[in-house]
Amino acid sequence: MKKSTKTLFNIIAVSIILAILIFLEMNKRKFSYDISIIERSMIYAVAAVAMNLTNGFTGLFSLGQAGFMAIGAYTVALLTIPVEARAGVFYVTGMNEFLSKIELPFIPALLLGGLFAAILAGLIGIPVLRLKSDYLAIATLGFSEIIRSIIASPQLNMITNGSYGLKKIPRFSSIFVPIALCCLCILIIVLLINSSYGRAFKAIREDETAAEAMGINLFKHKLTSFMISSFFTGVAGGLLASYMGTIDSGTFKITLTYDILLIVVLGGMGSVTGSILGSFLVTAGREWLRFFDQPLKVGNWQVPLFRTGFRMVVFSVLLMVVVLFYSKGLMGSKEFSWEGLVRFFKNLFTRKQKLNGGVSNGK
Amino acid sequence: MSLATFLQHCLTGISLGGAYALIAIGYTMVYGILRLINFAHGDLFMIAGYLMIFTLADFPWYIAIPIVLIGTVVIGIVIERLAYKPLRSAPRMSIMISAIGVSLLLQNLATYLFTALPRGYPEIPYLKRIFQFGTLSASFVTFLTPILTMVLVFLMVMMINKTKIGMAMRAVSKDYETAEIMGIKINSVVSFTFAIGSLLAAIGSILYFTDRMSVNPFSGSLPGLKCFVAAVLGGIGSIPGAMIGGFILGIGETFLVALGFSTFSDAFTFILLIVMLLVKPTGLFGEKATEKV
Repeated sequence: MKKSTKTLFNIIAVSIILAILIFLEMNKRKFSYDISIIERSMIYAVAAVAMNLTNGFTGLFSLGQAGFMAIGAYTVALLTIPVEARAGVFYVTGMNEFLSKIELPFIPALLLGGLFAAILAGLIGIPVLRLKSDYLAIATLGFSEIIRSIIASPQLNMITNGSYGLKKIPRFSSIFVPIALCCLCILIIVLLINSSYGRAFKAIREDETAAEAMGINLFKHKLTSFMISSFFTGVAGGLLASYMGTIDSGTFKITLTYDILLIVVLGGMGSVTGSILGSFLVTAGREWLRFFDQPLKVGNWQVPLFRTGFRMVVFSVLLMVVVLFYSKGLMGSKEFSWEGLVRFFKNLFTRKQKLNGGVSNGK
Repeated sequence: MSLATFLQHCLTGISLGGAYALIAIGYTMVYGILRLINFAHGDLFMIAGYLMIFTLADFPWYIAIPIVLIGTVVIGIVIERLAYKPLRSAPRMSIMISAIGVSLLLQNLATYLFTALPRGYPEIPYLKRIFQFGTLSASFVTFLTPILTMVLVFLMVMMINKTKIGMAMRAVSKDYETAEIMGIKINSVVSFTFAIGSLLAAIGSILYFTDRMSVNPFSGSLPGLKCFVAAVLGGIGSIPGAMIGGFILGIGETFLVALGFSTFSDAFTFILLIVMLLVKPTGLFGEKATEKV
């Protein structure tokens, strides 16, 4: 495929997406449900791509996503809730004197949230990343539980409002704000992956000893990857806070980490476009699969199994099936390309021909 | 805190620690052989709790307990065969993700089948009988747990060091491929390891839930993580280490709750982990691992 045709395709794709977004924005009321799915998918995509940076590209197994997102979310929430609304939010104990006067615009608060997440990631990473990567999984998992229990503890009622959660977080003014921010985050991660740092990360993933022999400082690169990933996870958390408008410590349970892990595994470890695709599929799939939770009747026959909770069972079975039988996920470690798409459809077509008794081309 | 309350808390802590230790052994053995953090182990413990509820509804305790033990072992082996065995040659991260998948599946399955509401754990009157020592009073299970734990740990160590299957397990954990070349049937050794781990988890579950009185689909996940920390604390791969780690966690946690920091008792575990990794990453009894190139 020629370069000019590819550019043409890209322009067409982007303008179609833009047109859809403008259309949705103009009919906000009618499509509020679809808009919320798209926004959530994009936010999860940022978290998933960030997770992919450590897990897929650097080969470190981090499971602290929920914790880092909680830090980002609480930072953004505490700094952006309008000052006059704060007394209403902290109706139980009142807010800390010093904190209650600070209010920041959304973007600086978001950056600060990411920064806090990155600093904490550094604090965990410095002791743990010198060891085998297994310990990182358990330490980050434990860390995210610590964060959750600290946020919910009554001793911090003046700051995090304990188990009452935070409300009245300013929402996005239009669909373009979260989409643009998410695209920017993903773009930065992609640029990082394609830089010399990214190549070093991939070398570490493939073989630590060989990478070290090539002169890559393992610890420094692992820490860089982990901190940058945590930064963007924190940003995703901040976006999530603004998307939801109300957060509490229960939002950031381990299940959130597992959701993002499912997205990354489904999309393919080591594929950015895979993570984005996976994020849309999982978020939308969660909504589509809702019918599993309702009792279903075909004619007069009550279909067994369909009742509350079945959806999550189906979901976890799906994760197991992907891990066991399609361990590469949708995209493997490949990225989306127009050639790939064309090849995919061609293969689909030729396979059909073969099934219909068509002449195979000798492959 | 008077001496009597101090001793009372010590007793509770040791008892909790004993249950933790039994679960931690399951982690440490599986990690020793497969280098896998078996995230589903804590959920197996929860499933054993539910099994007990349902069997004890129909049978007296002396029949119910063996059924629960055997049932848990069977589930443990089935999980290993279905979810871990096909991934033997896959990258380690895939197996770990598979373990997370099993954990998620067990939790969701339990939520679906038994609802998310906690269910009362049946009382075995024999275990709940109250004993009185001066000012100390505790149920029989509180005394039984640490003793049973120590006996089981002793048996485990004997098995690992003196029997043929124990030798095979040590060989597999030292070097997987060489062990296979030497004619050790890897699959049966791994299954046996999972069987022992599940058996201990089932015993731990009976002791733990008799004191806690209720089970819900998520009651296995946090104790599971804590027990892994206990295993790391004692030195992963070492069975006496896992026991000591379990006791440290159990006692530490009980005292934090007693002093009024119950919200931080979970955080304590993980702070302990991070401190331990910083000071002595091999754990208290762990061997120094040499990197093979």
